[in-house]
Amino acid sequence: MADTPSQILIKDVWNENPVFRQVLGICSALAVTNLLTNTLFMCLGVIFTLIMSNLTISILRNYIPKRIRMIVQVMIIASYVMMVDIVIKAVSPDIHRFIGPYVGLIITNCIIMGRAEAFASQNRPMLAVVDGLASGIGYSLILIAIALVREPLGFGTIMGYTLPAKELWWHQWTIMVMPPGAFFMLGIITWFARNRLERSEEGVK
Amino acid sequence: MESITEFTPMYTLFLIFISAAFTDNILLARFLGMCSVLGVSNRVDTSVGLGAAVIFVTTTTSVLNYIIYKYMLVPLNLEYLRLVTFIVMIAATVQLIEMVIERFSEKLYNALGIFLPLITVNCAILGVSLFMLNKPYSLIETAAFGAGGGFGWFIAISIIGSIREKIDESKLPRGLAGPGITLIIIGIIALAFIGFSGMIKI
Repeated sequence: MADTPSQILIKDVWNENPVFRQVLGICSALAVTNLLTNTLFMCLGVIFTLIMSNLTISILRNYIPKRIRMIVQVMIIASYVMMVDIVIKAVSPDIHRFIGPYVGLIITNCIIMGRAEAFASQNRPMLAVVDGLASGIGYSLILIAIALVREPLGFGTIMGYTLPAKELWWHQWTIMVMPPGAFFMLGIITWFARNRLERSEEGVK
Repeated sequence: MESITEFTPMYTLFLIFISAAFTDNILLARFLGMCSVLGVSNRVDTSVGLGAAVIFVTTTTSVLNYIIYKYMLVPLNLEYLRLVTFIVMIAATVQLIEMVIERFSEKLYNALGIFLPLITVNCAILGVSLFMLNKPYSLIETAAFGAGGGFGWFIAISIIGSIREKIDESKLPRGLAGPGITLIIIGIIALAFIGFSGMIKI
């Protein structure tokens, strides 16, 4: 692993993006993206958990016995998710009511386990933090992109503020805030991003 | 909206099962268990195997988590520990089920065995346990909810698996093959399942 921090950053945000490239963390990418505010809370929670769990697991990487590492990692992740859960509850009970179960599900979000297993357990703490941050940003970018399409199309608002078009001519496209809209949007974004990536890879060869 | 207490207990259980399986499908309406769906659903037989294992585990773990939550965490005011408790409980149950199946039925173990470790990190399982907390269910009703959630997931992944097997050799635009087309298929199925919504309100 001779990657410098900046190389890791670029790799995790785009080339090896957790959502459309490694297909990890899809559940929450779909569930919380119908309102941008919820999405931002979720992203912050995931970034925090990723950085902290990567850091902890990386520091402890030589002390965790191989055979029980899964359960140890899950416990570490669960403790950080618990903190996120309590903080969100304190900051905004309304948002917590809606995304509460999905915050709990950050534990089983495969991005976090995946990065812990693939990166943090083999690298120095500093690199692990960068990796956590970069994966978190890569994940957040996709979520925010989806939310930016779904909320205006479905509710005619952005972060709760009504767009001018809503009063003039816009008819709300309810399907975008319902589950199928999420699947279609993510499918299209995956298609677009993979198409770009495959094209650039062919160009290199 | 009719209150569910007017129905006979058996009928209520049936309604909870159906609503958890269809109107509130854990995969198509709640987006849970997507990772394994995208990863495993390219063949029918593996989809069915994983689905069956999930039904089994959601039912068991939702009941166990309900008991622990109601009779241990709530009396001790430790609700905030629920995430850690649930995940440990699920991991332990899956491990236990795996050992029991291995001991008693080699055939079942060969069919389900490889899927069980995957299930620990399947968000559908933890999701069922977390959603159950928001509902005023009794122990038996929780079992119906868990079984219904698992059954809904089973149906969804079986449908997706069979469609994916069919389109395996079709020509797709660049970049769409794999997760892209699967997500769009799931979107269409989810659209169909919206037809069930409003059928039962619980």
